[in-house]
Amino acid sequence: MSTVSAPVKQRTPIRPARILLHTFLVVTALAWLAPLLWALLAAMRPYAETSEKGYVSWPDKLSLDNFTDAFQQSDMLHYFGNTLIIAVPAVLLTLLLSSMVAFYVSRFDFRLNLALLLVFTAGNLLPQQVIITPLYRLYLLIDLPGITMSGKLYDSALGLVLIHVAFQSGFCAFVLSNYMRSLPHELTEAALVDGASVWRLYWQIVLPLCKPAMAALATLLSIWIYNDFFWAIVLISTGENMPITSALSNLSGQYFTDPNLVAAGALLTAIPTLIVYFVLQRQFVSGLTLGANKG
Amino acid sequence: MSTDTTKSPQAAPVVPPAGTASVKQRPAHGHGRLLTRRDRITLGLMAGVPTILHVALVWLTALASIALAFTSWDGIGFDSIKWVGLHNYTELFTNNPQFWPAVEHNVIWFVVLIVLPTPFGLFLAVQLDKKIRFSRVYQTAFFLPVVMSLAVIGFVWQLVYNPDTGLINSLIGANKPGHYIDWIGDPDLNLWAILVAASWRHAGYMMILYLAGLKSVDPSLREASALDGANEWQTFKNVIFPTLRPTNTVVLVVTIIEALRAFDLVFVFNKGAQGTELLSILVTNNIIGESSRIGYGSAIAVVLLVISLAVIIPYLIATFRKERRA
Repeated sequence: MSTVSAPVKQRTPIRPARILLHTFLVVTALAWLAPLLWALLAAMRPYAETSEKGYVSWPDKLSLDNFTDAFQQSDMLHYFGNTLIIAVPAVLLTLLLSSMVAFYVSRFDFRLNLALLLVFTAGNLLPQQVIITPLYRLYLLIDLPGITMSGKLYDSALGLVLIHVAFQSGFCAFVLSNYMRSLPHELTEAALVDGASVWRLYWQIVLPLCKPAMAALATLLSIWIYNDFFWAIVLISTGENMPITSALSNLSGQYFTDPNLVAAGALLTAIPTLIVYFVLQRQFVSGLTLGANKG
Repeated sequence: MSTDTTKSPQAAPVVPPAGTASVKQRPAHGHGRLLTRRDRITLGLMAGVPTILHVALVWLTALASIALAFTSWDGIGFDSIKWVGLHNYTELFTNNPQFWPAVEHNVIWFVVLIVLPTPFGLFLAVQLDKKIRFSRVYQTAFFLPVVMSLAVIGFVWQLVYNPDTGLINSLIGANKPGHYIDWIGDPDLNLWAILVAASWRHAGYMMILYLAGLKSVDPSLREASALDGANEWQTFKNVIFPTLRPTNTVVLVVTIIEALRAFDLVFVFNKGAQGTELLSILVTNNIIGESSRIGYGSAIAVVLLVISLAVIIPYLIATFRKERRA
C-alpha cells in the first residue's frame, strides 16, 4: 500500500464545493453557447413567423427550410468548392515545405538553425496588414496568362495558395523542427553511414516518425485556412472566386435577405470546421499547444 | 556518385558559408561530413525553396512597405512613384482624424483582452484541471468559438446585437422606435459590443493554452504545498502561477498579436466605421477603397510593423536563447 494518495484522490467524495463548481461550469458553458443556440433557433424558424411574433417568442414551427434555401439560393456549394481548391493544396504544400526546412535545420545545421527559424517564426507572427499593400501591388504586376483565370496572380486561387503557404510555413517549420530534434540523432546518422541519400532519410525515415505532429498541424492548418477572411477579401476581386468564409459577407447582402437566412448561411459555413473539430479535437488542441508550449 | 567526404563543404549551393563552418567546428552534431555532392544539392533545395518563398512574400513585402511609405504613388505605372520623405508620416500623425482613434482602439482591444478574458480563461483552466467529471464537455463548449471563423462569429453576434431583431434589444424592450439602442452603429457603443464577441472567443483560446501549461506543472509541487497546509488559493498564487511563467509569456505575446491583427470582426460588423477604426482597417481601406493611396497606407502598415517587431523580436530571442541552453 505504498500509493495511498492516488486512490484517495480519484474517489473524491461528493463535496458541496464540487457541486458549486459544476453548477458554475454548467451555467457558464450554456452562457457560452447561447449566441450559437440563438443563431440556430433563428435559423430554424420561418421568417414570416419571427417577423410577426418577434424573435423572442415561443417557436410554432421548426424546420431546416432556411438552411436548404440559403444553400441553394446562394449556390454555396460553388463557394465550398472554391475553398477546397485553395485549402487542400495550401495545407499539403505548407506541410511539405515546412517539414523540409525543419529537417534541414534540425539535422544538419545548427548555426543557421536559429537565424532561419527566427525569420520564419517572426514572419508568421506579423499582422497580415503589414505586408498587404506591396503584396497586392505585386499580385497585380505578375502576369500569368493561361495559368490562372484572371491572367494574373491577383484574383486567383494560386495567389491565395502561395500566400497561405508562405505565411503558415513559419509556424509549421518551428513546430516540426522542435519535434524532429527530439528524434534520436543516431537514427539518421546510421542511415547516412549506410549510404542512404538525404532525400531517403527525409522521406522514408524522418517524415513517417513525424506523423503525429503532421496530423496535428494538418488539422490546425485546414481550419485556419478555411477560416481565412482577410487574404481573400483583398486579393480576390471577383465575388465568384471567393472562398466560402470571405464570400459570406457578399452573400449576406445579396441572397441572405432576412436575419433567419443570414443565421442559416453563417451556421452552414461553420459546419465543416465544427466537424473537423469534433472528429479531430485532440489533434487540433495538441497542434495549438505544441507550438505555444515549446515557444 | 561516391561518398566524397573530403570535398569542401562550400560545394553546397544556396547554403550560406556560416552554416557549413559550424559543421566543421562541431562535427559530432551534424551529418555534414557524410554528405555526397548530390545530397548537398538536395539539402540546399530543401532549405532554399521554402525560404525563398517565405522571404519573398513576407519579408521583402514588409521591406517594400517601409520603402513605399516614403513615397506617393497612385499605383498606375512606376513613373508616378514620387519620393516624399516623411510627408506621409507627418500627415498621418498630425492631420488624419482616424489615426489616433485607431491607435487608441487597438490599445483598448489589447487591454480588454488581457484584463478580462485572459484571467477568465486561466480561471476556467484551473477549474477544469481539477480532474472533475465532464471536463472534456465543458472544454468543448468554451473552446467552440475558437474553431469558428471570425467572420461567422461576426454574423452570429450581429443576430444578438441587431437593433430591431436582436436578442438583447428584444429582451430589454429596446427594439421599438424611440427606444433603440444601436449596438452596431453608435460610436460610443460599437467597439465595446465587438469586444464582447472578441472576448468570448479569446477566453476559450486562453483556457486551452493554460490547460496545457497546467498539465506540465509537477504534481509533487501541489502535494508538497498541500502538506504544508496551504489552501487552494495560496497554492495557486505561490506555487502554480509562478511555474506558469512560460505560458504567461506566450499568452501575453498571443494577446498583443491578436490585438494588432484585429480586423475580421470589425470588418463584418461595420467595415470600421466611426467608433471602430483600427490600424489594420485603415491600411486595408487605403488599398481596396476607391482612393488608392499606396504610400500613405504603407506608412500606417509601418507603424503596425514597428509595434509588432518590438514585441516579436525580444520574445523570439528570449525563446531561442532558452532553447539553446536546454
